[in-house]
This record gives sequence, structure tokens and C-alpha cells, in this order.
Amino acid sequence: MIIKQLSVFLENKSGRLNEVSQLLGDAGINLSALSVADTSEFGILRLIVSEPDKAYQVLKAADFSVKLTDVVCLNSPNVPGALAKALNILSSEEVFIEYLYAFSMDKQSANIVLKPDDIQKCIQVLQKHQLELVKASDLYKI
Amino acid sequence: MIWNEKIECASRDEMKALQSERLIDTVQRIYHNIPSYRKKMQEVGLVPGDIKSIDDLSKLPFTTKQDLRDNYPFGMFTVPMSEIVRVHASSGTTGKPTVVGYTRKDLNTWAEVVTRTLCMAGVHRNDMVQIAYGYGLFTGGLGMHYGCENLGASVIPISGGNTQKQLQLMQDFGTSVIACTPSYSLFLAEAMEEAGIKKEDLNLRVGIFGAEPWTEEMRREIESKLGLKAIDIYGLSEVIGPGVSCECEHQRGMHINEDHFVPEIIHPETLEPMPDGEVGELVFTTVTKEGIPIIRYRTRDLTRLIYEPCACGRTLVRMEKCKGRSDDMLIIRGVNVFPSQIESVLLDMSETEPHYLLIVEREGNLDSLKLMVEVQEQFFSDEVKQLEVLRKKITHNIQSTLGISVNVKLVEPKTIERTAGKAKRVIDNRKL
Repeated sequence: MIIKQLSVFLENKSGRLNEVSQLLGDAGINLSALSVADTSEFGILRLIVSEPDKAYQVLKAADFSVKLTDVVCLNSPNVPGALAKALNILSSEEVFIEYLYAFSMDKQSANIVLKPDDIQKCIQVLQKHQLELVKASDLYKI
Repeated sequence: MIWNEKIECASRDEMKALQSERLIDTVQRIYHNIPSYRKKMQEVGLVPGDIKSIDDLSKLPFTTKQDLRDNYPFGMFTVPMSEIVRVHASSGTTGKPTVVGYTRKDLNTWAEVVTRTLCMAGVHRNDMVQIAYGYGLFTGGLGMHYGCENLGASVIPISGGNTQKQLQLMQDFGTSVIACTPSYSLFLAEAMEEAGIKKEDLNLRVGIFGAEPWTEEMRREIESKLGLKAIDIYGLSEVIGPGVSCECEHQRGMHINEDHFVPEIIHPETLEPMPDGEVGELVFTTVTKEGIPIIRYRTRDLTRLIYEPCACGRTLVRMEKCKGRSDDMLIIRGVNVFPSQIESVLLDMSETEPHYLLIVEREGNLDSLKLMVEVQEQFFSDEVKQLEVLRKKITHNIQSTLGISVNVKLVEPKTIERTAGKAKRVIDNRKL
């Protein structure tokens, strides 16, 4: 249930994102999901990839500051109010979200990647309320 | 006017005779009172009797800032504390400051040498001198103060900062001499402009500027903006404080009060004395101080000595404006900063070797310090807020260690240029 997300430190200057995507592409690593958190001076690139450990090594070898972060991915119906429902459950059970990003693959469902403050508790709460968690192996394949 | 013509215009032979007699006495006192220096002499097989004249000076071991730190606080004093009437400490900010002590005679010597430098600068007893150097542990304020009183000038002991008050008193009291750091004088000039005060509204005649490096360009700017003659004064607390040397009205090098502080120029690496007139590291031996006499103190300032007599009539040897440092010390807004201090702050936070680059700029007239820190894995967090916290923490820790503010920028690993495996730590863009 726990997904290894790749987090990369980037300075806010041109060409950095290209370099990361080129390196991963050359290594035959596919990207499932991607998000950038940015400030005026730097950004953090967050990636779900086909082979997190290999991607980690590739970027580390190229002198990037990179780390693997545990996240979970929620599969939610692609209908209005679905995200709100899931977030309400988490907040009422006092699971706090550090950040999230979402993407939908089709009309039926959407994936929401969550970084909770307490990942074990988050998984328990979601399972208790019968919300569907995406398996790591499935997500890496997208 | 020349304050002490007998000394300041002495022949070279007379000066050397005086220095020799005083050096012999100083070496005796240090040898018998300072175990750490006695040990240094014994290591090279020297006894006090081997020092027969000033020509033997180069046989003696050096003293460094580290020696003062190792003997913190009073271990290098050669008299009992009952003889010490004042202590000062340097602005050095790594761990422990360097502490110096003065006997009553030392304070008189200090007042005498500062008085001489004031006369060199063209100050006289009718002047109103505004001392805007900090008063306190720093030697600048009190050092100038007693020299001015000794001369008989009127002192305004306003100390540093409080720019509006400085301007008000300059106008109301008719200040004719200002003593402060050169960068602060330009800051005052800017504040005057903002307040609509013209240099013609003021009575300024002479400025005595020291405690930090400055250029001839700055001199021209200060002179034109403040309408005064800008004089360079040099000193360091380990030797005595301000008054070690100062320019005369000809502004062609600073006359060293060499009957008290004997200068040498050495090669900063071989440590051998350099031929006359060549640039090297300035070394001082104090030959009259009682509280903390010091032999061959390495100032780390690079300059050269000029032995030709000056047009002003003084024969005191002159030193040129310092051309840089033989170590990596930076003087930023009057504060001594070593890159190693920044490094230890970062080390405390991460436990592994940090990569960083310090960039010093002069924006307007004030120095600014930018620090680029590579975000190595030990610093990297996946969360923006953690990185912001890291940035604030570095900023805060450096500010509380160095006492100056710094603008921290987080950069990617390996973006700071390494030369031959070693990172370049400092870029000084101030063109001093």
C-alpha cells in the first residue's frame, strides 16, 4: 500500500526539469505521475516512476539531492464530491495531509497521491472506511 | 603640527637604538612571564641574551591570534591583574574573543600614539571631534577618545549608530572632525542627502577612518560628499588599538608609531623577512607595552613599508594601505568574519561536510553577505516548509554567531564550483 515517491530538490532555473526527465528517460524509467512544489527560489519535484530505486540511483549519480518518500495513493470515483468525502474522513480522524496531487486516467476513477503526517494511521483510516488504495505495483505500471 | 618631534623625526640610527633597548627589555619580560612563549623560544634554542639589538628581531618566534585564544582570557598578560586597569576584546567572533589588558602606563602610551596620529591628520585643540566608533569592548571608541582628550580637542563621545542624532549634533555642535568607519561615513552622507543637509551646512574638515579596508575611490567619494580630508588610520587590538599608524596630510602611506610598535614584512608562506619595499605580511612587535606585550604578531594584513622620509618632515616608517589578507578573513561592516565560522555553523546543523559559498557585495555603501548552501541529502526534506525552516535556521544561527545578517539561498548539490577538489568558499565582489 505504501508507495515510494521520488522527491528531487531543484533550483528555480531553466533546464533543470528537462535534465531530470532526460536522465530518467535514458534509463528507461517511465513516469506515472509528477508534481512540482515551488517557491521563489527552489522547487521540489515529486515523481511516481516505474522503478523508484533505480531512478533514485540514476539521479543520485547525477548529483541531484533526491530521496524516496513514503506516500499512499487513493483511487476515488471520478464524480463531484468524491475528493471532499475522502478528505472529510481523513480530517475527522485527525490524519493531516502535508501535500497531495491528483490525476485521472479515465472517466471512472481518479488517483490521489497523499503524503499524510502519519502514514500507518492514514492507511488504517482509509481501509476502515472502505476507500480503495492503489497498490504500489499497479501504480508503478501506469 | 608634529606632536612628538624628537621621536617622529628621529634619525634611523636613533630610532633603531631606541627600539633595540626596548626590545631587549620586552623579550626579558615575556620570557620570564609567559610560559607558552618561553617554550617557543626554547624550541628554537633562544635565550633572552641572544637578542642584542633590533636586528635580532627576526630570530624570535611568531605570535598568532591562536596563541591569544589558547591563553584565553588573561594567559598572555605579563603583569598581575592588580596592575591591569582596563581590558578590551576584539570583535573576533569564533568562540572566544581575543582579550587584551592595559596598565596605566599602557593607557598613557595609547593616548600618546593616538594624539600623534590626530596631529598627523591635521586635528588641533580647537577641533570638535565626533567619535562615532563604538565605545565598549571594541578599542575604536575609547582609543580615539583618550587621544583626543590628551590633545585637548573637544570630544563628542556619541559612539556608533543613531544616524539621526549624529547628523543633528554635527549641525548643532559644529563638528569639525568625524571619526568612524569609512563605510559609515558614506552612510552618513546618504542620510544627509535624504534629510536635505548639504556639506556646506556643516563644519566638517577632517575625517579619520579606519577599522575596515577601503579604496582610493571611496576616499574620493567621501571627500567630495562630506567636504573633508579623509585620513586612513590603522590599528588592531592585539597591538594596542587605533593609533598604530595613520596618514599625514600628504596621504601617502600611514606613519607607524615605530618607537612602540616595530613593523616587519615577512613572506606569508616561507615566513622569511622580505626585502625593503616589497609586499608581504605585516608583523608587529610591541616594545613598550606592559599588560600584554607581543612579539612578532602576525597581522595577516598584506602591505609594504616605505622608509623614505615623508614630505611632512616625519621620519617614522610608513605602511601602504593594506592590499588584502594572507588568510581568508573578511571584514564585513567592521566585523571580522572567517569562512570557517560559517562552516562550523553548518556543521553543527548537519554533521557532514557542508558545501557553501559566501558572496560579499557592496550595495550602495553597505556590505551585504549572501550564503549559498548546497542542499545535500542530509539537509533535503521532501516538504517545502521544512526547507523554509532550514533556511531560516541557517540564517538565524549565522546571525547569532557572527552578529551580521546573511541572505541564505539553497542550491543544488555540486553547483558550487570546486577547484582541484577543494571548494572555493568566498567571492568578494567589493573590489577593495
